[in-house]
Amino acid sequence: MSVLRKLVTLMRSSVREIGESVVDANAIRVYEQEIVDARHNVAQARGDLTMVMAKEMQSAREIERLRGEAARFETLALEALNKNEAALAEEVAGRVAEIEAELDEQTKAHATYAIQVAKLKELIKGADAKIREYDRQLAMAKTTESVYRATRSIADSVDGTGSKLLSAKESLERIRQRHEDLADRMLAAEQLDREIGSKALEARLAAAGIGAEADRKAQIMARIRARQAPPANEPAAAPGDPA
Amino acid sequence: MGTLQEQMRGLDGVTSAALSGLDVQIHPIPGAVEVLQVCIEQRESLPIYITCSDSQLLCMCYLWTEEEVLPARRTELLETLLDLNPSVPLSSFGRIGKHYVLLGALARNARVEDVAQDIAALSDNALDALDAMSEFLK
Repeated sequence: MSVLRKLVTLMRSSVREIGESVVDANAIRVYEQEIVDARHNVAQARGDLTMVMAKEMQSAREIERLRGEAARFETLALEALNKNEAALAEEVAGRVAEIEAELDEQTKAHATYAIQVAKLKELIKGADAKIREYDRQLAMAKTTESVYRATRSIADSVDGTGSKLLSAKESLERIRQRHEDLADRMLAAEQLDREIGSKALEARLAAAGIGAEADRKAQIMARIRARQAPPANEPAAAPGDPA
Repeated sequence: MGTLQEQMRGLDGVTSAALSGLDVQIHPIPGAVEVLQVCIEQRESLPIYITCSDSQLLCMCYLWTEEEVLPARRTELLETLLDLNPSVPLSSFGRIGKHYVLLGALARNARVEDVAQDIAALSDNALDALDAMSEFLK
């Protein structure tokens, strides 16, 4: 059963046990051993393949050589016949027969090597695919183990500090509050900066005798004097005059 | 391959840079498997956890638990999570036991820069997910 299918079955039954059940240590060891064995088999098959391919090449060369020999002796037998050396030609024909028998053996061996090469290549391909699949399944099981064990560690750590994991809404509220606090602090700092900056500038202007602050006392005195009652000898304004 | 903590040396600084300078702190969590907790300034209540198996490095953010889901809207929530899954950049919704999580998976030998990018995306996505899914929660 694939790890994914096993997970689906477990999730239907009991969520709490997933961490342990999928990744029971013994099963992981078995899986890992299977991967080690499969890798070993592939390595061995690769070694065998190299050897058989070398033999296949050797037999191909031998076949070529024997074919050449057979052709050469046949030509020699023909030459002997042409020179009326029938007995010699017969002897040479015997040699050709031996070579051809050897050629048959080599051709059979070559065919066997070719079949072995194809079989070994197929075996290696299958074992490689199996290793990839084992690796994937093991990765899935181990990742499941990691996330469940990490979650347990995190929960234990939170319990250990005596605090409680916040609910989603509490977390969000706390983050919003932090953002608002920060925004308020930034605004306050900005205002303070502006105020301090502007007061400092006004003080420097006043010191230089520039601006409204510079002669405020004189201005106030002028305003008070303007409100003072006019002296008795000055004529009063006629009714209807604009104020 | 060394320990996760060794592999993730310098992750705090790189993640901080990926999050426009927010302070990032990383602490190991004791337990049976190696787990690192990543705390991000202003998002302390939504930490990211990094763990690993032989083949993968996983960044996880715990969103909510089964008990927090409004029973009447559970199916709708599950369908929404499935629908959203392809759209969420670099992260996938999942469930570990009773915990709904957002996960980012990387190769076991991932570089610190890649993990930092994943954590930044995961943290942003988790924040968005909490905001968007809060209507399904108690």
